[in-house]
Amino acid sequence: MSTSRKLLLIGGLVLVNWAMAYGLWYALFAEHQHLEGMTASLATAFTRAGERNLPDARAAIDAYAKTKFAYVRHVDVHSHWGGLALLLILFGAIFDRVSFSERARLWLAAVFVAGSALFPLGVILQVADPGWLPRALAVLGSGMVTGAMVFVAWGLARQQ
Amino acid sequence: MEARDTPVSRDGAATSAGHSFARLSPERLLVFGGIALILVGMVFGDVFAVFILHPNADRIGSHLLEATQAVAAGDTIAIQAQFARISALLENRGTKVDTHVHIIKFGYLSLILALIQPYIALAEHVRKRWAQVFLAGAILLPVSVFCIHYVGLTYSPLQFIGWASITADLGGLLVIVACLGFLAGLWGYLTGSRQTTTQAEQVFRDQSWAARTLLAGGTLLILAGFLHGAYYAGVYRDAHEEQDAALLGAMADRAASGDLTAAVEAVKQYGALQGSKAVHIAAHSHIIEFGLMAILLAFVQSYVFLSERWKRRWVVVFLLGSVILPLFVLLELRWGLVAGGGADVGGLLVILALIGMLVGICRHSGRLDAQSGAVP
Repeated sequence: MSTSRKLLLIGGLVLVNWAMAYGLWYALFAEHQHLEGMTASLATAFTRAGERNLPDARAAIDAYAKTKFAYVRHVDVHSHWGGLALLLILFGAIFDRVSFSERARLWLAAVFVAGSALFPLGVILQVADPGWLPRALAVLGSGMVTGAMVFVAWGLARQQ
Repeated sequence: MEARDTPVSRDGAATSAGHSFARLSPERLLVFGGIALILVGMVFGDVFAVFILHPNADRIGSHLLEATQAVAAGDTIAIQAQFARISALLENRGTKVDTHVHIIKFGYLSLILALIQPYIALAEHVRKRWAQVFLAGAILLPVSVFCIHYVGLTYSPLQFIGWASITADLGGLLVIVACLGFLAGLWGYLTGSRQTTTQAEQVFRDQSWAARTLLAGGTLLILAGFLHGAYYAGVYRDAHEEQDAALLGAMADRAASGDLTAAVEAVKQYGALQGSKAVHIAAHSHIIEFGLMAILLAFVQSYVFLSERWKRRWVVVFLLGSVILPLFVLLELRWGLVAGGGADVGGLLVILALIGMLVGICRHSGRLDAQSGAVP
């Protein structure tokens, strides 16, 4: 088996296990609290508005937005790590059909694996740091994955 | 896994497929399990969309409107009652989405694990055991997630998590353990004494029209899904998140200040925003998943025992449905229910094609069993 295929298969299986373990951790320790928190914040916001206490109502809306921001990213990360891992394993199985030299395929596989790990990592880091660095990491990771996918499609088309 | 070396013919994968698809083998277990999971997940998704998703969205909108009216009236008890109802509706919707997504994803994973069985350096009975553990977890998790809304916290020993969530997590754990088992087997293959898998790998070299078309179509669908996801994230996501909080704030503010007309308008805009977000996310995830499924189906074509004409028909039907569904989901923003109907037709085409291919795989299995004398 070629090194590029090994990299994709091992990378994919490690990533799929990581994605599922992450999902399990999130479901056990954070998801229910996030969901409860979002509903409670919204109910509080409207109740305070009903009491004509608008500063507290706005603070509760802000708390809701912050919790939802985190919730959406946790779910996104779980599904993107898992989905990209499936793609890695799948392309690992057929990577010999990508019609480039093994050296080029190895680079392509490395970019694909690194992008698949970095893109969701950048997304989840935004929860802790809303600055530019996590966003840049997510953009870089998604660019790597999309670029690798373009080359894989090209390589498969050349083979066909 | 048996090791054989034979030349690869254009449609020759079919001849080799039988060797790795023996009766009650882990490959067969995972292929049948995978396709069955995907089919059940898709049918469930269609039923969920028609009977729960759309009616739920309307109910949530009307409760939000009533909560806004209660804010204007200063009736805090009514506000809390409305949000309790909204919370229950959101939980109902969320658990159904999770069931649909997980059951299909496990189906894909099952098919992928079937394909990499030649590289798992474990005894057949061990691989079969891991396949059974995987499928048990892949069934337990979505079934338990489906029950979360109905079981709630009844007899639960925990504050936030009910029994259905606990069994769902157990299902997830079983899937993880099985995947770790397969990973260990793959590691053993890569580092230990390797068996020749030339013939087993022929399934990846299937050059038939059906396999090539599914591979090319699947790759293009995934690429389109990536580009759409990047476009959505770059253009809409941040703006949608800001609008979400801003509209909720506007509802509360306007209602508290007695401007009920503006508050009702904010509720309407909020509903439209949720629709727009849901449509983009659904199109993004469905087009990538259909691409993934197309590539997976390319590899199981050697197990589909149908005439070449029927194999081609099912491939065309599958790819047509894979394009129609996400395209019409996007068009729902402009055309509403008409486009929704189009999307349902796309989903139906995909389901029909999957059933057609599953029938072919059943025929292939029956033929193998008859040849091996496993059946009279």
